Amino acid sequence: MTASELVAVAAIKEGKYALAFPEFGAERRGAPVRAYTRITAETTLIPRTPVLEPDIVVVLDSGLLGLPDVLQGIKKGGLLLVNTKAKPSELRARLGCSSDIRVATVDATGIALETIRAPIVNTAILGALVRASNVVSLENIIEAVKERFPGRVGEVNVEAVKKAYEKVEVG
Amino acid sequence: MAQQLLKKKLALSSNYAVAYAVKALDVDVIAAYPITPQTHVVEKLSEFAANGEIDAEMIHVESEHSALSAVIGASAAGARVFTATASQGLALMHEVLHIASGMRLPIVMSIATRALSAPISIWNDYSDVMNARDTGWIIYFTSSAQETHDTVIQAYRVAENPKVHLPVMVAYDGYIMSHTVEPVEVVEKDEALRYAPKKVTWPKLDPDQPITMGTITSPDWYYEFKYQQVVAMREALRAAEEADKEYGRMFGRSYGVVEGFMLEDADVALITMGAFANTAKVAAVEARKRGVKAGVLRLRLYRPFPRDAIIKMLSNVSAVGVVDKAISFGAPVEGPVFNEVAGAFYSSDNKPVLVSFIAGIGQRTVLVEDFVSMFKKLLDYAKVGRGPGESIYVGVRA
Repeated sequence: MTASELVAVAAIKEGKYALAFPEFGAERRGAPVRAYTRITAETTLIPRTPVLEPDIVVVLDSGLLGLPDVLQGIKKGGLLLVNTKAKPSELRARLGCSSDIRVATVDATGIALETIRAPIVNTAILGALVRASNVVSLENIIEAVKERFPGRVGEVNVEAVKKAYEKVEVG
Repeated sequence: MAQQLLKKKLALSSNYAVAYAVKALDVDVIAAYPITPQTHVVEKLSEFAANGEIDAEMIHVESEHSALSAVIGASAAGARVFTATASQGLALMHEVLHIASGMRLPIVMSIATRALSAPISIWNDYSDVMNARDTGWIIYFTSSAQETHDTVIQAYRVAENPKVHLPVMVAYDGYIMSHTVEPVEVVEKDEALRYAPKKVTWPKLDPDQPITMGTITSPDWYYEFKYQQVVAMREALRAAEEADKEYGRMFGRSYGVVEGFMLEDADVALITMGAFANTAKVAAVEARKRGVKAGVLRLRLYRPFPRDAIIKMLSNVSAVGVVDKAISFGAPVEGPVFNEVAGAFYSSDNKPVLVSFIAGIGQRTVLVEDFVSMFKKLLDYAKVGRGPGESIYVGVRA
């Protein structure tokens, strides 16, 4: 949820129109949540509905890979980004992912433990996302993270973003 | 330049957009009890108060009944007040809602609309507000975080208008808006206070000039008090239009009490409120690509009901569907807004085919494609020349 919002915040900083909204069972940290972000530069006429045909799917916990079909509805030329220690090629084989989908992986949990000292991957995953997709700029993601988490907490989160930006693998 | 203007925008949910509006309006007393999905409003206002960013008396009460009672007392003493609630909270306030409007107090309350129990649902529909529609409050339904922000500011100007003096609810969709982050241009305090200056325009309790409010009233006067509320509510329509126009002049954003989208040459139209509006508009564009001349009328002001504007805007449409997000159990047709639209058209010369759709109950997802199907159904009924006579339940497993 935080990740989807920060992408929208960064997009809005770039003068784009964006909506970010969650779909959850109960408001409780750590529960499985689907969150959507719609970004456009052309119009403010965006449906307030779940995204059924995503350009980008980001999975923050690889434990969820088996449960929903994370590739459902993904567009051709789309991007799947997963927080995992596995290589993109391994993940591609495991999911039977077609060649017209780009697959990116990053060990965001490892990065978060190292930088934030907690397995909270909402910010680290964004570094990987901007590198793999260019959906928003790294500078604006960093700005958004700093605004959300002032002070020392912000610094370590920015570190997580930068590290994931360097370490993400696309294949 | 355009880029600079856009840069001024913050990314806010409708909940936070409400809190920023209340901050700009220099509200004196806030009393509220947190309830999902409205909680962030109270949280943010508490944060503003704790940081000294607002100079308001923050009363954390033990229930919504007390929340509204507290702001009634403060408003009667001449304070500018605010509260917020949703769902069961609004239901618990119910008897006090009538007292606020009967005492003619300019209270503003935001509602992150949510379904009512039982069974328990924390998700969105309009059951809560529909349940409160006859309490004498002015009621807006907004459809973006920006509009929610702007409407809270407009609400004070309308409520405190000497011809009105009625409380106002600003309702927006729980989760679908309350938790959705989107761009909002925030109005600053000096601008907001120039638009809605702090001035006690209503009779207030003052020990030096004592008056009595809300006292027992015998049959020879009670009726007149109620009739004055009728007159005030009629005045509120003009006041809301004026407030919106002036807002547009000062801030460059106005919305109208109803909004038309592609209605000029439409054969069929849907009447929607709140968050459905954008999705329905996207569907109208899509339906037109498939040969259905579709349009959307968005009802922004629900009380007072802008009857004449609706009839005028739909004068050339052959079939009109009303999408209700609440159920009026046992009603002639179960869509509450449908019945009012039907009532409005009954006394007009122009009588389009009318169809009632119920959708989004307990936040059941309604997609663009579902709205396209509604437009197509309207076209079918237009050809037959009459509606189905009962509500169509979109997406239910019957």
